[in-house]
Amino acid sequence: MLTYIARRILYSIPVLLATSFLSFTFVTKAGDPLANLRANPRTNSPGVLKHLAHVYHLDQSLPIRYWYWLQDVFEHKLGQSLLTSQPIWPDISRAIGHTLQIVLLAQVIALILGVAVGIYSAIRQYSVFDYTMTSLSFLGYAMPTFWLALILQIIFVDIYLKWHVRIFYTSGLNSGVTSSTWSIDRLQHIALPVITLTVVSFALYSRYMRATMLDVINSDYVRTARAKGLPERLVIFRHVVRNALIPITTVTALQFGALLGGAIVTETIFTLDGMGFFFINRLQANDVYAVMAYIIVVAVTVIVFNLIADILYGVLDPRIRYD
Amino acid sequence: MAAEALLSIRDLAVEFRTEDGIVHAVDGISYDVFPGETLGIVGESGSGKSVSTMALLGLIPQPPGRIASGTAMFQGKDLLKMSQRELRRVRGDEVAMVFQDPMTSLNPVLKIGYQLGEAIKTHYPKEPDDKVKSRVVDLLRLVGVPNPDTRVNQYPHEFSGGMRQRAMIAMAIANSPSLLIADEPTTALDVTIQAQVLEVLKTVQEETQAATILITHDLGIVAEMCDRVLVMYAGRIVEAGDVNTIFRAPRHPYTVGLLDSLPKLTEDEEWLRPIPGTPPSLINRPSGCAFHPRCFLSQGRPRCREEVPVLHAAEGTGHNAACHYSDELIGHQSKFSDPVEAGSGA
Amino acid sequence: MTEPTAPLDLGTPPAVLDGMPIGVPVSVDTTEAQGMELTARSQWSYARRRFVRHRLAMIGLLGLIVIFGAGALANYVAPYTFDQIDLTNVLHSPTTVGHHVFGTDEIGRDYLSRVIYGIRTSEQVGLTVAVVSSIFGLFVGAIAGYYRGWVDNVIMRITDLVLTLPVLVVLLTVAAMLGRSGSEWTIVAILAAFFWTPICRIVRGVFLSLREKEYVEAAKAVGAGDMRIMFRHMLPNTLGPIVVNGTLAVADAIIIEAFLSFLGFGIADPTPSLGKLVAGGQQFPQDWWLTVIPGLVLVMIVVCVNFVGDGLRDALDPQQRRVRA
Repeated sequence: MLTYIARRILYSIPVLLATSFLSFTFVTKAGDPLANLRANPRTNSPGVLKHLAHVYHLDQSLPIRYWYWLQDVFEHKLGQSLLTSQPIWPDISRAIGHTLQIVLLAQVIALILGVAVGIYSAIRQYSVFDYTMTSLSFLGYAMPTFWLALILQIIFVDIYLKWHVRIFYTSGLNSGVTSSTWSIDRLQHIALPVITLTVVSFALYSRYMRATMLDVINSDYVRTARAKGLPERLVIFRHVVRNALIPITTVTALQFGALLGGAIVTETIFTLDGMGFFFINRLQANDVYAVMAYIIVVAVTVIVFNLIADILYGVLDPRIRYD
Repeated sequence: MAAEALLSIRDLAVEFRTEDGIVHAVDGISYDVFPGETLGIVGESGSGKSVSTMALLGLIPQPPGRIASGTAMFQGKDLLKMSQRELRRVRGDEVAMVFQDPMTSLNPVLKIGYQLGEAIKTHYPKEPDDKVKSRVVDLLRLVGVPNPDTRVNQYPHEFSGGMRQRAMIAMAIANSPSLLIADEPTTALDVTIQAQVLEVLKTVQEETQAATILITHDLGIVAEMCDRVLVMYAGRIVEAGDVNTIFRAPRHPYTVGLLDSLPKLTEDEEWLRPIPGTPPSLINRPSGCAFHPRCFLSQGRPRCREEVPVLHAAEGTGHNAACHYSDELIGHQSKFSDPVEAGSGA
Repeated sequence: MTEPTAPLDLGTPPAVLDGMPIGVPVSVDTTEAQGMELTARSQWSYARRRFVRHRLAMIGLLGLIVIFGAGALANYVAPYTFDQIDLTNVLHSPTTVGHHVFGTDEIGRDYLSRVIYGIRTSEQVGLTVAVVSSIFGLFVGAIAGYYRGWVDNVIMRITDLVLTLPVLVVLLTVAAMLGRSGSEWTIVAILAAFFWTPICRIVRGVFLSLREKEYVEAAKAVGAGDMRIMFRHMLPNTLGPIVVNGTLAVADAIIIEAFLSFLGFGIADPTPSLGKLVAGGQQFPQDWWLTVIPGLVLVMIVVCVNFVGDGLRDALDPQQRRVRA
């Protein structure tokens, strides 16, 4: 198992390099960091522009600029913004923390609810509960998150305007003073984004769980378990669920990895200081190094969680043994 | 027979609702099983042989399936009228089943020892763990699994097909059932392993003195293992009796056809002789005798088309056949009329 | 009846048993009505039957016909053009006056028309992306799965790369790169460049498992060329998953395009897009129809597509064991 992990990690290094190089190519072409300065007649003297171009390495070829960036990453923990000359790490780590809180909360709730609903739907197939939940899942899955976020925002702004009661906040992470991570104030602020993210994940998990359960329920070994005289409750939980949970863990791990890139749209709508927000801001400012830092963090996260998903699968299913 | 029947089935009928209509999988069968005997049920796929036994244990999923009629008296109670809870006490304890495909019949993520232990603990929850464990090891040893102490902690995928089936058998006899139902236990295995598994079944029978219902499509297995045999076709029993008689002097054209389609090793045959035609649809069965479209004996006689033949005692042999013209087969000797010795050959 | 003394001589078919012809079922004409399996239906008609039985799929199909139909026939269906400004009628809530069934936006443009044109944009993007990426993924996957070796390796590494790159990120950077002037087809091209990978994987998987099958060997033994084997023998087996995947890709593409438009990076003005409409409504939270309606339409499109996709999956997957009583 350890050799497998080592191999995967080693293998991901060239992938990371390739991804980062490709991304670098895109990002540098995405915009001109000096655009604002060029536009402003007060700052667009050729001398200043030339000097800045040199500082930002804009006068070099692409591979060389990439090399500069790579060096900077190791020198300053993910680099230092060319524009602000500030280290990127503190900003990005703060953003990660916020996104992590929201995503973790949303995923845990979605998983628990999704698995429970999936199990029950499968046991009571074709019942009213099943049809209702399946329809709701379809809806939840189909809903674009930005729309859901906006609807929630509209609703709660409306409530505030009509009844002057703040149930949930519709923007930001705190009201005024920076609140601690798990304070009531913070929870009130992240409630709506968490709900938004939970809905889609819940829909995914419950549908998936139901499908897997139905698959397993028709297996021969479940028939054997019944033939042994096991009470139905044990048949379901000890045999069916145990097997059905295996694919779910993989899906969850992958979802988690994907979401940690920051639900860009949700964070934008609710103006949350998370990864997605970070990315959009830096992109619009053409802060190349910061955008690259974001991309690298996201790529590493995806790789790590893919690996976790595969390992979990190997742990839970004794038929899979990595050598 | 003077002994009292262990299991008495009367007029059992099972049907399934499908998109295309109602499938009459089992159409009114009746038979007895006596303690300690091995009863074979023979038939093609779709003859209803598996369904009839699964219905006994309530293992037919009830939405598409339905037990349309019948009684199955076992130890004074009607299995078909029992609630799921009562049936659960019977399953795995007094009546146990071994299924066809050992690859998929064991839970892949649980250890073999655990699954066997589960069979015991379900019915005897008060048994201490170490006793259960040692019994499990003994069972594995009984069925011939090598190194049972280590094997007990392995997973099903680490067992070979034959060993898995042995483990399934061990699981079935864990609580010394009085009736063991083996549904095509060797069909999914190759021939040499088949022989071994059949030996295991014999050993197990001797140990537990259980009555066995052995379902198969393989007449060779029937010849070797069974005392009596039922021949099923299209959900009905067409012939029933002790093995020797049926093999020597079959009284139903289907049985005749079955026996004749087997190549006999001691004779020179140029052509294989299959039964012409295909098995009937169970939704749209032929009227009268279900076999008449393929029957050589019928010759278009109207009675075959109009009247369902009833199992009656065939003349001179003491066994039962369901054919209007079974008497016409009197004197017909099958090519296996040399006495069949149980245990001879593989 | 004379008593036969010899064992049944079924000899060379058809033969005679003491005068009785055997080997030929006597009641041949009654065979038809008497329980023999008759009609051999082709795989496709089975699939079609199953699809039609699937209630949700039919509802979805109906919904899509209505919605996409409206979009396709936008020029005829919409009461106004999408850029017809009427400053006397600004921010009107939905009403029957002047056919402004969905109300008007902040510069008096009829919202119903804008939504309909937005549907058209969405369906163009969705369908094109799905078709293009499916075809491309099919070819690449077939080659990878059939030839294996280094070709397969290279292709797999490329797909890995594409999959590692977070879609939205690359899209946004590329979109930013093009400024706010991305045409519809640029978006389509970018999306297709991502969407081909899952199809490629699926097709490759099917080909990998099929190439070991006996009928492929048999075809080779008869001398069939590679192309022929791939097309006639292996491809039909992939059509099921491809159709399902392609259908669902339509919905995914539409959503992503909506996201991009919402963030301002998508299709340029003045072409309306459902995502842009929702974005535009953000500034006027009191005028709920500006945000709710286009979003609702999006949801309905996706739901209908998913229903149809589910129905197709049920119809084309022979392993489904659910019995609908």
